[in-house]
Formats: sequence, C-alpha cells, structure tokens
Amino acid sequence: MSGGAGRRSTLPGFGLTMGLTLTWLSVIILIPLAGLFLKTLELSLDQFWVILTSRRTLNALRISFGLAFAAACVNLVMGMVIVWALVRYRFPGRRLFDAIVDIPFALPTAVAGVALTSLFAQKGWLGAPLAELGIKVAFTPVGIFVAMIFIGIPFVVRTVQPVLIDLDVEIEEAAASLGANRWHTVSKVILPSLIPALLTGFALAFARAVGEYGSVIFIAGNLPNVSEIAPLLIVIRLSEFRYADATAIAVVMLVASFLIIFAVNRLQRWAQTRIPVH
Amino acid sequence: MNQSQASSIPARDDLRTEPRLVRGIIIAIAVSFLTVFVVLPLVVVFAQAFSKGIGAYFAALSDPEALSAIRLTLMVAAISVGLNLVFGLVAAWAIAKFDFRGKTFLISLIDLPFSVSPVISGLVFVLLFGAQGYWGPWLQAHNIHVLFAVPGIALATIFVTFPFVARALIPLMQEQGTQEEEAAISLGASGLQTFFRVTLPNIKWGVLYGVLLCNARAMGEFGAVSVVSGHIRGETNTMPLLVEILYNEYQFVSSFAIASLLAMLALITLVAKTILERHLDEGQIPRGD
Repeated sequence: MSGGAGRRSTLPGFGLTMGLTLTWLSVIILIPLAGLFLKTLELSLDQFWVILTSRRTLNALRISFGLAFAAACVNLVMGMVIVWALVRYRFPGRRLFDAIVDIPFALPTAVAGVALTSLFAQKGWLGAPLAELGIKVAFTPVGIFVAMIFIGIPFVVRTVQPVLIDLDVEIEEAAASLGANRWHTVSKVILPSLIPALLTGFALAFARAVGEYGSVIFIAGNLPNVSEIAPLLIVIRLSEFRYADATAIAVVMLVASFLIIFAVNRLQRWAQTRIPVH
Repeated sequence: MNQSQASSIPARDDLRTEPRLVRGIIIAIAVSFLTVFVVLPLVVVFAQAFSKGIGAYFAALSDPEALSAIRLTLMVAAISVGLNLVFGLVAAWAIAKFDFRGKTFLISLIDLPFSVSPVISGLVFVLLFGAQGYWGPWLQAHNIHVLFAVPGIALATIFVTFPFVARALIPLMQEQGTQEEEAAISLGASGLQTFFRVTLPNIKWGVLYGVLLCNARAMGEFGAVSVVSGHIRGETNTMPLLVEILYNEYQFVSSFAIASLLAMLALITLVAKTILERHLDEGQIPRGD
C-alpha cells in the first residue's frame, strides 16, 4: 500500500494509519457483510428462489418497496415545497422550521415510532378526527406510509436546499426580462436545474424508507401479507431460527440499496458535469 | 441562507417572485406539513410522558429497569464513540493527508453502513456469532458471550455509527492541506507531536461535530441493537429497546418518559449541531447525513 502514496508527502504515518484503517474497516464492516453473502452461497439456487417467491416474502418486499416508493414521491413534492418556502420566502418562524426539518434525522427511530402511533391511533390527536372521516391510519399500511414520509423528508430538503440557494438569480432575471412569465421561469429554468438534486433526495429517502424498521413497526400493525415490512420479516425469521430465510431476504434488500446508492453517485456525477455552478 | 432581498421596486419584484396568494399557499403547505409530520410527533412524546403528572414521570425514570437501560446505553455509546473517534482520526489522517489510488472507493466503503438497513446491520453479527453462526459453536465451547450481551450490542452500534467521525473530518482536513504539518515536521517535530499540536487544534470543531452525531445515533439506535440484544430484562435492554417493551406492555407513561429523554437528547444534539456548524467555516460544513 505504501507504494500507492503518489504525492511525495513528507508527513509520516501513512503506512500505519492506512493499515489500521483497513484492518478496522475489515473487522467491523467488510467481514460481517461478506459473511452475509457467504451464508447465502450455502443455499442452492432453488432454495433461494423458493424463499424469495414465497407469498409472505413477496408481500413483505412489495410492501416495503412499494410504500417506500410512494412515500419518497410525497417527500419529493413536499420537500420541494418546503425548500421553496424556506429559501425564497420570509415568514415568522422560518429559521425554526428550517431547524425542525432535521428532527427525523435526530430523533431515535423507536421514539418516532411510538410517537407517530400515539398520534395516529384511533384516540390520538390526529387519529380521532381522521377516524370520524372514516380514515384509519395506525395499524394499517397507511400507517407505514406515514412513518416512511416522516423518516424521508429531511433527505429531499437537505439535498435540494443548498442547490436552490446557490442558484444564480441572474438566470431568472434574464428569463423574466426576455418575457417569460413567472410560471415559465420556474418550470423551464429553475426546476430543470434542480432535477439532479431532487432525484438524489428522492433516491436517498427511498433507500432509507425501504430499510426502515424502528419508526415503522409500531404503527404498522404487522399483519403478515398486509402490513408486514421486509425488515420485520427478517427479524421474525431470525427469532424462528430460520437463518437461511432471513439471509435471503437481507441479501435482496442489500443489493437493492447498493444499486440505489450507485444510482445516486451516478446522479451526482451527472449533476456536476451538467451545471457548472460555483 | 442568503435571500434575494425584497426589492423596493414592485415591478421588478413581480419578475422575481410569485403572486402574494401563491406565496401564502406555499408557506401554508410547508408549515402545516412540517407541523403535522414533525412537530406534533415530538410534542406528543412529552405530552404522553407527563400525562399522569410529574411524580409519575420521575417514578418511571427511577425504576430499576429504566436506570439499568440508561446505564447500558451510556456504556455502549461511550465504547462506540470512543472507538469510532480513534478510527475516524486515523482514517482521516490517511485519507486526507496523502494521495493514493482508490481513495474514492475507500471512502464509499466507509460510507457503507449508511446504506444498510439497521436490521441487516444486526443480522450480520448474528450470522457470525449466533448459535448457528460461523463462530458461534467455538464461542459457546469457550463460554464467551457476544450475542445477547454487551459485546454484541456494542459491535452492532459501532457498525451503524462507523462513518460519522471519519466523514466529518475527511473534507475538513482535505481543505486544510498539509502545509502546516509539513512545516512542523521540517522543524523537527515528531509525527505524534505534529498531530496533537498542529492538526488536532485545527480540526477540534470537526471532531466535536462528528462525536456529537455519532453519539446521538449510538444512543438512539434501535433496529440493529434489537436484533443482537436478546431483550434480557434489566441486562441487555438499551433505552430505545425499553421504550418498545414498555409500550407493548401498555405502560405508556413509562415508555414515553424514557422516550422523552431520548427526544431531549435529539433536541440538544440539533442545537449543539447548529452552534458547531457556525464555528466551522461556512465553506467547510461536513455533510450531516
């Protein structure tokens, strides 16, 4: 590894710190993750297929990915609205609401889970009025959807916000002075330059919601095939000592989230080549 | 938060912003969405915790089970923050102060835990150390307890909090370059002296920032810890796990009392984070995710 030090730095400690970094990284992250993939290799392709195509597994994956996608769509739209209000307008409490956006990042997921459940339960502050309208949120798939919206909102806001702040006002003024009305300026000039950031935020929110556990399981109801998310099914299979089942589901989810992260990296590279903003 | 300052000329203002009604609607949607989805859940935690009065609240917190959960959470957080702090400093030194091939790849490996579901972060350790895991039988034969004990909980927590300190430090140290350190070395300082006297004072706010976020996640982690803990009452329940157990037993005041401590931790973390971000120069704010 020492031959890799391209810049002839006179600083000491490259070999030692790089060695420690790689060792610790391997012990904590790489070996445990490799163990997961090795465990899957113990399964024959048939076994793997049977586990993945069992009705309960398919439904759990469908619920996790489907609702996470729907929630990320809501986050995309609402995140955009929130960013617009926070960056472009001044209103009382703006800075407070700006800080509040980070709460889903900071609040432990179990706390978010019990709080959302109590809020949306049939006697809860929001659950009671919704129940009168005939809408049941807690202990239904809608509850999962709500929890996933909660957990995903900061991702869209925090990826789009800096881009909108940095956006050159002169381009807008140019568009306006060339006769574009406000709607055209926003939809044809501003939104297109936000697309990479919006998609990145969407992908991050989606990835987080797919794997989310703590904030979802309390409000979900956890009925197999109806409101049982994939991470919960992993936990259930583990408690039944069906390690193979748990591993197979985990590998599918892990591969999916790696693909999402890969897509995000691609998006960011695309964004960098596309907008020379600095 | 630079704002296009409100222009004094109305005609010009029209070109740059939306009609008053549209502005009002957008602000109303943003504020009510954040209120419903973020503010109310936070308020409900404290409302529930104090719903039977202050006496019941403090009684819930001084329950032996609660105290043991608080103790375990503090211990696990101290272990994982301590180890990840050392790792973060070491990794940031290697990555930020030297050029080598595969640097981007190495950084994305460090970032991996951010994209792994918490449940899977726990599962990988069950597969290694569980009774049916790779090393489970050997550990059992030697009577070493990793799973359903403190080492397992600490390992899972270290896994999920792995990137925080390193990610806070790498961009900061890259920006600061190597000149000051090279000067110190050429004046005869040893490597460690250079690190502690030159580098560390320059990155102290970044270190605090990383430790803060790492600690918040370590104390609040639920999914990963839930898988490896075994939920042994009074022994392997951290605070988030106790919140779950008490909630499922309909002991809502006790559950939300513990939850309120974690919520306060989150709020303090956010305030401290804002202060630290002000200390770090505007251009050098590390990404907080």
